[in-house]
Amino acid sequence: MGSSGYEPKNKAVKWFEDQLPILGLIHGTLGAGYKAPRNLNYWWNFGSLAGFMLVVQIITGIILVMHYTPHVDMAFRAVEHIMRDVNYGWLLRYTHSNGASMFFVIVYIHILRGMYFGSYKSPREVLWFLGLVIYLLMMATGFMGYVLPWGQMSFWGATVITNLFGAFDFYDGMGESILHLLWGGFSVDNPTLQRFFSLHYLLPFVIVGVVILHIWALHLPGSNNPLGIDAKGPGDKIPFHPYYVAKDAFGLSFFIVIFAVFIFYLPNIMGHPDNYIEANPMVTPSHIVPEWYYLPFYTILKAVPDKLLGVVAMFGSILIFFVLPWLDGSKIRSAKFRPTTAFFFWLFLANTIFLGYLGTKLPDEIMINMGGGIDALTLGRISSVFYFAYFIVIVPMVSRFETTKPVPTSIAQAVLDAKKGA
Amino acid sequence: MIKNISLMVMIVMGGVSFANASGDSAYTLKKHEWPHDGPFGMFDKAALQRGLQVYKEVCSGCHSLDMVAFRELTALGYSTDEVKAFAGEYEFAAGLDDDGEEKFRKGLPQDYFPAPFASEEEARDSNNGALPPDFSLLGKSREHLSMFTPWNSIYGEDYIVGILTTYHEEAPHGVELAEGMYFNETFVGNQIAMAAPLFEDSVEYADGTSASVEQMAKDVATFMYWAAEPKMEARKKMGLKVIIFMSILTIMLYFVNKSVWKNVKNGKEFD
Amino acid sequence: MTTNDQVEHEEEVTRRNFLYVASGVVGAVGVTSTVWPLVDQMNPSADVLALASVEVDLSSIPAGQTIKILWRGKPVFIRHRTADEIATAVADNTSDLKDPENDQLRAERPEWLIMVGVCTHLGCVPLDQRGDFNGWFCPCHGSHYDISGRIRKGPAPRNLEVPKYAFLNDTTVSIG
Repeated sequence: MGSSGYEPKNKAVKWFEDQLPILGLIHGTLGAGYKAPRNLNYWWNFGSLAGFMLVVQIITGIILVMHYTPHVDMAFRAVEHIMRDVNYGWLLRYTHSNGASMFFVIVYIHILRGMYFGSYKSPREVLWFLGLVIYLLMMATGFMGYVLPWGQMSFWGATVITNLFGAFDFYDGMGESILHLLWGGFSVDNPTLQRFFSLHYLLPFVIVGVVILHIWALHLPGSNNPLGIDAKGPGDKIPFHPYYVAKDAFGLSFFIVIFAVFIFYLPNIMGHPDNYIEANPMVTPSHIVPEWYYLPFYTILKAVPDKLLGVVAMFGSILIFFVLPWLDGSKIRSAKFRPTTAFFFWLFLANTIFLGYLGTKLPDEIMINMGGGIDALTLGRISSVFYFAYFIVIVPMVSRFETTKPVPTSIAQAVLDAKKGA
Repeated sequence: MIKNISLMVMIVMGGVSFANASGDSAYTLKKHEWPHDGPFGMFDKAALQRGLQVYKEVCSGCHSLDMVAFRELTALGYSTDEVKAFAGEYEFAAGLDDDGEEKFRKGLPQDYFPAPFASEEEARDSNNGALPPDFSLLGKSREHLSMFTPWNSIYGEDYIVGILTTYHEEAPHGVELAEGMYFNETFVGNQIAMAAPLFEDSVEYADGTSASVEQMAKDVATFMYWAAEPKMEARKKMGLKVIIFMSILTIMLYFVNKSVWKNVKNGKEFD
Repeated sequence: MTTNDQVEHEEEVTRRNFLYVASGVVGAVGVTSTVWPLVDQMNPSADVLALASVEVDLSSIPAGQTIKILWRGKPVFIRHRTADEIATAVADNTSDLKDPENDQLRAERPEWLIMVGVCTHLGCVPLDQRGDFNGWFCPCHGSHYDISGRIRKGPAPRNLEVPKYAFLNDTTVSIG
């Protein structure tokens, strides 16, 4: 990935390197051989943090499998066996379950950083696609992983989400046939659990593969930066090692402190208490809520009165990110120099968080009490319309017509100017 | 940018205050202070032992405790010999003898608490159609933790105490109770199939504590929270070490990072 | 450049190197302590350890009978030996033994012979009261054990293993 220019001094290392140039690959990817813009801020830490979380999830996951049994009669008990009997089992399981949430937090910040600083724009569209593919794979992996403990939320979450695919009922019986195929039966049951287990184990390795492509695609054009301008001159870039290795190490260490607070002191706060009740196909919990990272999309689903259109809107709300590079017609990448874009970006973020918040509410819950009262469903519809309007109307219009601020000519110049100003 | 962030915060906070406006019921669950609360809180062993006594003498007639083995009771402060004796008070089926008769053996530390009913059907049949839930995870499965509005959190122990202490002898005026149901302020819908299980001096505590309903409810709630989260003490102790260690490393890496970047920040080193 | 500057510069370099090395060491300690839970989880879990020792009631075994129980996933033979058998076993102490061992050391109480029922050759389970020495006989490769469980003939290299056990009282033994 990228020319490394790695010259080993040690003879034995050189002998090995001539036959398998893997050290050069590492040197050119994460070492001094990779030149990164000198002005990356802390928002650029989240890529390596996401990589770290992927490794944590794979290691703890492989270990949990050593003690888990994917069978409807045993899965729930197997998880409790891990929690109670296995040496450090509680640590591994809480790390894995909270790790999933942390992974999503990091990836969301990573995506938002890309949106704000225009990292999706040319020449990085393929990089952006690969990131979105990783995100979609994560959604599938997270969903199937949540089914494995076979608690009430596992079971009913699986039931509700798989039923979404029944919406594709284009000719008589088609929806049902899709469901039977997904379930391996006539409802979510043991065959479903076993295939979810198999795929939950497989998909993370597919993610690893796409991550390698993602890094490859990153290293051809090089990292974007907060100014969004191309790094041209030699003064614009510095070697990844030691500068960004040191910065990433500090960021990682700081992140682990926060991660540890959740694992050790708030291990169940991101989960749902009903998942400590074993799955029961006869009783639906009074309030089914997906994991927090799906909530905005869940609200969009609920906002549409038609089943098929609701599912289409929900998938569309994610897939629309794929066309973002073309919806945005601006020549400038970073929102630093696009004040209107920045304003709408924050509004979009606030609206998406609000959509997520509405996802936890029952549709007829009164949210604002002014005489008549506005329920969660109505607010969800307004928010959903704004969500799509942001992509279809606001971004294309604003990016083409807004008045932008002057963009510095080079990164080095901007850094020096900032120093003088300060 | 700051302005935009504060706008965002306002909108999010607005969402929260909408939620409070919609808060309805007049009844609020009473919050208790627990010795095992907070990052340093550890279980009160005497309360755990009393709770076990309440479970054994009152609750275990209807409620199972499937996931807990006798051997784990050493965590309550019992010696292995005491646990062995405790287990020995239970009887377990041990297959058939040479004459085809059912054999029984004494309980062993590795055995799990036996269920009071052989099947769900039998349990429902004995309880007016209701199924008494298993106790192993109730401490966690009745909890509702809220990350952003922690004051709205409902803790499992408080909920259990609430259920056990908010029975009304008679349903309030205007409430129609279904056949065989009892009025409970904490239970959702207020109608519960379980009759009030605890009365003044339902148990005679081995340690001489006076057995008020509230005392017994708190003790059994502590015991049930332990049963649901038996590794809590190990978790908190390790957490303290990990967080202190990682904080020190973070501070060191902060200075490493600063020192590495010193030249670049001063504009000295250009590639 | 003055000497003073140089000294200051060198001091700074020393301080910086110390910081790097110290951080590296602390980081390495962190990684190492993280690895331990990942390894220790493979050790026997609490429920498995709880089954590591079993108590056996001996009162129902008549003299001249062997019972087989499962202990740590392996069969254990408990034989209530007759006086004749004990006499034979003790007399054979002086015979030509492949793995010499006194019967008194193999049975804490002479009437109770307790052994792991796994042939020391390749792990088969020997048959009771068979073979040339009226002890045990392994059908897989023809190892003959005597009434003390000692190897007398055949390919097995060692005597049948005696597990750790303790008599809790006259009729109860705890194995493991």
